[in-house]
Amino acid sequence: MTENAAFPVSESAAREAVTRAHRTEWARIVAGLTRRFGDLGIAEEAAAEAFATAVARWPADGVPPNPGAWLTTTAGRKAIDRLRREKRRGEVEQEASMWYDDSPPEPVGAIEDERLRLIFTCCHPALAMETRVALTLRMVGGLTVPEIARAFLVRETAMEQRITRAKAKIRTARIPYRVPAAEDLAVRVDGVLAVLFLVFNEGYLTTGAGPDPVRHELTAEAIRLTRLIRSLLPGDGEVAGLLALMLLTEARRAARISASGDLVTLGEQNRGAWDASLIAEGHRLVRERLASGVAPGRYQILAAINAVHTSAREARDTDWSQIVALYDRLVRVDPSPIVALNRAVAVAELDGPEVALATVDRLEPALAGYHAFHVARAEFLRRLGRGDESREAYDRAIALAANPAEAAHLTRRRDQLG
Amino acid sequence: MQYLISVIDDGTGLASDEEQAAIDVFNEGLKAGGHWVFAGGLGGPDTGTTIDNRNGAGLITDGPFVETKEYLIGFWIIEAPDLDVALKLAAEGSRACHRKTEVRPFL
Repeated sequence: MTENAAFPVSESAAREAVTRAHRTEWARIVAGLTRRFGDLGIAEEAAAEAFATAVARWPADGVPPNPGAWLTTTAGRKAIDRLRREKRRGEVEQEASMWYDDSPPEPVGAIEDERLRLIFTCCHPALAMETRVALTLRMVGGLTVPEIARAFLVRETAMEQRITRAKAKIRTARIPYRVPAAEDLAVRVDGVLAVLFLVFNEGYLTTGAGPDPVRHELTAEAIRLTRLIRSLLPGDGEVAGLLALMLLTEARRAARISASGDLVTLGEQNRGAWDASLIAEGHRLVRERLASGVAPGRYQILAAINAVHTSAREARDTDWSQIVALYDRLVRVDPSPIVALNRAVAVAELDGPEVALATVDRLEPALAGYHAFHVARAEFLRRLGRGDESREAYDRAIALAANPAEAAHLTRRRDQLG
Repeated sequence: MQYLISVIDDGTGLASDEEQAAIDVFNEGLKAGGHWVFAGGLGGPDTGTTIDNRNGAGLITDGPFVETKEYLIGFWIIEAPDLDVALKLAAEGSRACHRKTEVRPFL
């Protein structure tokens, strides 16, 4: 493995090179090995071994001129060593050739990238949602099992078990390693985006019992993976929409939690603390989708709503009529009570709290157990001067809020009622 | 690769004539597509008899080994290259017989 000429570098430079290679090459290596050996487990272990070897050797031997190629070759050897040791190479390769679909790629208008197969396999609808999330973070994102366990506040052994079980099901039930056929692609891309959105939201407004109201590692990972999918499916409007939505949300992160750990609502945020370059990128994506003239899906509409919010210099400059119009479109695409609730919050700004309260009260049967329903009622009642009812609504919201920063914010709002 | 598609019933009873006709059409499709291996409908759980001869005692009990609200009422064994194809067929089968289905691989 020293055939590549390399320059000796400092320990820290070597480590940084490994980290960088891990970020850019992990998914590609796992995907390539999965294709070659037809087994996710072997691919995962061999890739991990190759990176461990790099950590051990690059400081002494130097960083190879093409780290990706070095890692790919090393991982391939590790996989073969492993199979030889287990004396089942022939068996597995034979199985693999049956399992792996070698037919020419469907005309999806996209570059046929190994990583796409990997993503679609990890996000297969035959796997439970939490399993898809864990598997995607491990196989595509390259997070370690302890990292994923920590992020979702479950025990490491439980997370290990979840991933092991998923790999066994993929192998035994033969979940295929391929990009879905053209007629299934839209639905399956939707499934992938749902996984990434869930990862992002868990990072952005974590529901777990941990001390951190925002888990930056999860939002960052979700954005990174969505960027990857965008590079693989550049023509997909919803992929662009989800990326824009994440960027425009992430841009406000620094302004969203106060020094004392309270949630700061959009209207109260210091807009100077927003990340201008993320906002510019998000706006660019939204404009690109508008220019396409194709009817937008859910993520694109949500991104457009966030684009309107982030275009306002001050909260009072917000173009609420445009936001309500976008929510009207969203209701047609997704007629869920939660969308109706969010629409009502925008309506309150446009038509006043009385109209909004009447709308929201009709949603009670569906949303009585959802904290945001009670938050909206509390805010409308407050503006209508109905303090006692407002306080009651805050109490219910606080009892239901799972995020510590949000609970702190609501408590403060309630106590301001006097 | 072979899969078992179990048909799950929750007390609806036997297939109606309409369901039977749809099942026949589905079966023809399985045969034409090279997926057909075997299929069958079963009597309900109350027609079952449980036999425990693990110790050679030949203990016979009237009824299913476990009482459940949902139970197996029929099955298809199909040939399919992977789970995606099996799931598509199971979805068609579910629609044809108007019952839930479960897909499991043979080992």
